[in-house]
Amino acid sequence: MTVSVIQFGGSNCDRDAVRALEYIGVDAERVWHEDGLPADTEGIVLPGGFSYGDYLRAGAMAARAPIMADVREAAADGVPVIGVCNGAQIGSESGLTPGAFTTNASARFQCEPVHLRVERADTPWTAAYDEGDVIEVPIAHGEGRFEIGEEAHADLVADDRVLFRYCDADGEVTDEANPNGSTDNVAGVLGERESVAVLMPHPERATLPDLGRSTDGAGILEAFT
Amino acid sequence: MTAYTATVTVRLKRGVLDPEAETTQQALERLGFELSDLRSADRFEVDLDAADADEAADRADEMAERLLANPTIHDYEVAVAER
Repeated sequence: MTVSVIQFGGSNCDRDAVRALEYIGVDAERVWHEDGLPADTEGIVLPGGFSYGDYLRAGAMAARAPIMADVREAAADGVPVIGVCNGAQIGSESGLTPGAFTTNASARFQCEPVHLRVERADTPWTAAYDEGDVIEVPIAHGEGRFEIGEEAHADLVADDRVLFRYCDADGEVTDEANPNGSTDNVAGVLGERESVAVLMPHPERATLPDLGRSTDGAGILEAFT
Repeated sequence: MTAYTATVTVRLKRGVLDPEAETTQQALERLGFELSDLRSADRFEVDLDAADADEAADRADEMAERLLANPTIHDYEVAVAER
């Protein structure tokens, strides 16, 4: 599988994503957004960073870049697409996934390891886990608070589209374990198809064993294997 | 065609937490001001030519729908004036 990691002006986790994917044996390449989506793309990563300097709203500009029409089309065709951090903001801004990511309740940029509870284990992104598993993956964002209208939130839950929730080390979903004030502790959601997902935490920063304390994120990227 | 300025004001929906406004309010209070609440909004002034004010407003409305506001968290309003 060839995974295209879409690079916008201001993306800065594109190399990390390629390196993490290559580590788990996935062929991946960076694709400059103006060059369009390569024809042999079999998977797509919208990487983290600060595309367009977070102008207007984080992800707002990149979400309207022409390549995103190709990404939405590929997603509708079943090509796996994951948005990480700024990529999650781009994904929600472009309508790939429901809700919005906005300013942390703390009003601060937060860079720290968090625990996530796997809410669905029957998706490509979570096949490596069991439902209820607790994984440790870092966050690094100032605008990661998941907001969604009441009705849309009820639909999200009813449709079982919450992929990860922030939790404590024991898997309890509590206010204390919610780093940014996200509605319902939501850290990641699915799109209309289970092959489309976004999340604020960085799986690519929890894949290489020599990087830090956790390699729990590798299982998410294994969707591309 | 007439020259208009469409002013698009985008603000968070009531009930959506606004940490930046809260921080700004706290800073004002540290400066000794007394206030009971503070809300912030973004204002965009769009100069455009249109056949009439309704057309100018419609176009600004579409700009808000498609980019300037995020309907999940924002309300917006459009005001049009000749320039």
